Amino acid sequence: MLLNLWMQWPLDLRSLILMVIEVVGVMLAVVVLVALMTYAERKVIGFIQVRHGPNQIRIFGLPFFKGVAQPFADVIKLLLKEVIVPTKSDKVLFLVAPLLALVPALSTWAVIPFSPQFVLADIDAGLLLVLALTSLGVYGIILAGWAANSKYALLGAMRSAAQIVAYEIAMGFALVGVLMAAGSLNLSAIVESQSGGVTHWYWLWLFPLMVIYFISGIAETNRAPFDVAEGESEIVAGFHVEYSGATFATLFALPEYANMILVATLAALMFLGGWLSPLQGVLASDAVFAQPSFVWLALKVSLFLFCFLWFRATFPRYRYDQIMRLGWKVFIPLTIVWIGVECGLAWFRVGPWAVG
Amino acid sequence: MRLGVVPCGPVGRGLKDITVASLRHFAKTLLLGELLSGLALTFKYMWKPKFTVHYPQEKTPQSVRYRGLHALRRYPNGEERCIACKLCEAVCPALAITIESDVSNDGTRRTTRYDIDLFKCIYCGFCEEACPVDAIVETRIHEYHMENRGENIMTKDKLLAVGDRFQAMITADKTADAPYR
Repeated sequence: MLLNLWMQWPLDLRSLILMVIEVVGVMLAVVVLVALMTYAERKVIGFIQVRHGPNQIRIFGLPFFKGVAQPFADVIKLLLKEVIVPTKSDKVLFLVAPLLALVPALSTWAVIPFSPQFVLADIDAGLLLVLALTSLGVYGIILAGWAANSKYALLGAMRSAAQIVAYEIAMGFALVGVLMAAGSLNLSAIVESQSGGVTHWYWLWLFPLMVIYFISGIAETNRAPFDVAEGESEIVAGFHVEYSGATFATLFALPEYANMILVATLAALMFLGGWLSPLQGVLASDAVFAQPSFVWLALKVSLFLFCFLWFRATFPRYRYDQIMRLGWKVFIPLTIVWIGVECGLAWFRVGPWAVG
Repeated sequence: MRLGVVPCGPVGRGLKDITVASLRHFAKTLLLGELLSGLALTFKYMWKPKFTVHYPQEKTPQSVRYRGLHALRRYPNGEERCIACKLCEAVCPALAITIESDVSNDGTRRTTRYDIDLFKCIYCGFCEEACPVDAIVETRIHEYHMENRGENIMTKDKLLAVGDRFQAMITADKTADAPYR
C-alpha cells in the first residue's frame, strides 16, 4: 500500500528524497562519531596517564558502558550555554566563521566510499575534491581568528594558516605517490587497485609516504604535537579564545574531529586497502573473512584514529620553527625523493604500479 | 674525517661537515627511533592498573587529626565548654573568628556571639590548639557546602549543633589523639 503510494511519485522526486536521506544519514553518522571520538580521546589519554577517564555519565542510567554518554552531555551543555560575541569583533564574520570551518569538514564526506557499494558521489576526481575542501577549512580558522579582534586569536590563526599551507604540499606530494600507483583520482578505484591481500596494499611500497601523509594529516588538523594554533601555554587557546557555547562546538570540536576522522579514513583508503580484507588471498575467496566489507574499513580507520590519540598522549608540542622546518625542509624533499624512487621502480616494473 | 663529534646544529652545512656521527644522527632522526620508543612506553602504560580512588563511592582513610568543619563542644552535663576567653580569636591568623561575651543568667562568663567565617578560615587548627577548655575543635567532616550568601558564617548555634550531632565521633577522635599532645 505504502509502496504503491511511493512508486506513484515521480522518479526524480524519489531519487532526490533517497539522496537527502543518505546525505543526512552520513552527516549524522559523522557527528555521532565525532562525539564518540571525544569520549575515546579522553578515555585513551586517561588510560595512558594511568587514570580512568570519564566513567560516570551512562546512557539512560544503564549499568554498562559507563561514561559513553559524557560527550552527549557535553554537547547539550555547550548548546545551552550563552554565545558571547565580543564587543569590538566583526559580528557577522564572527558567527559565520564556525560555519565556514564546519561545512568543508562535513561536505568532504560526499566522495568518501564506505564500502564497494556505498558512496554518496562516486566522482572521478574525488581525491582532488577532498584536497580542495580540506584546504578550504583553514578559512574558517583564519576568519575566526581575525573576526574575534583579539591578539591571541589572530596569532593562532596566523600560525594555523602557515602550518596548513606548509603541510598541504607534503600531503599533496604523498598523495601523488598514491595516484601514480593507482592511476586514478577516484577513491573507489584507488581501493580496488590495491586488491590482492596485505602485500598489495600501498603501505608496503609507499611506506615513507604513508608516514608522511599521516604526520602531515596530524599537522593539517592542528592536533598535538602540532597544535600550536591553540598553544594554551603561549596564546591562551589560539583562534578559538573568544568562542563559547554552540559556536565553540561548531568551530572547534566538530571540524577538528571530523577532519581527524577524515584523515584517518583517507589513510585507510589509500594505504591500507580501505574495505579490502587483510585475509584476502590467505583464506578461500568465498570465505566470510576474505570478503571486502565496511567492517574492515572501520577497523583500519580506528587504528589510525587510535594513533592520533596515542601521539597526543605521548609527544610534547613542537616548537613553531621546528614545525616549519619539518614541513618544508624534511617532508617535502622526502616525498619528492620517494616519488623519484617510485618512478624508478615503475620503470623497471618492480611492484604494483599503474604507470610506467 | 672528524669522528665522534655529535652535531648540535643543523646537520650537513657542507660536505666537509658530514661525519659518521652526523650520519648516524641523521638516520636515527629519519627513522623516528626516539619517537617510537616514546610511543612504546606510553602504550605500555596504557595497560597498567589504575590507582584512582573512585571518590564518592570509595574514600581514603582519614587521620583523627583531620582538620575539617568546626564544632563547639559541651561538657557531659550539657554545659557549654566555651568560657569566652577569646584566645582563639586572638590566635586566628585569618581573623575568621568573632566573639562577643557577656555574663549569663547563672553568673558565668559566656559568649553571646561566636562566629567563624568559613571563607576566611584556613583550617590551621590554631583555635583548637589555643583553647584551654577544648571547646572549639575541628572535626573530620569535610563534605559540606553553602548554597546562599551568609551560610559561610558558622554561628554559635550552628557550631554547637555540629558538636552535639557528632559528639561521639569528636570524643573518640580527641581521645585517640590525646596521648600525643
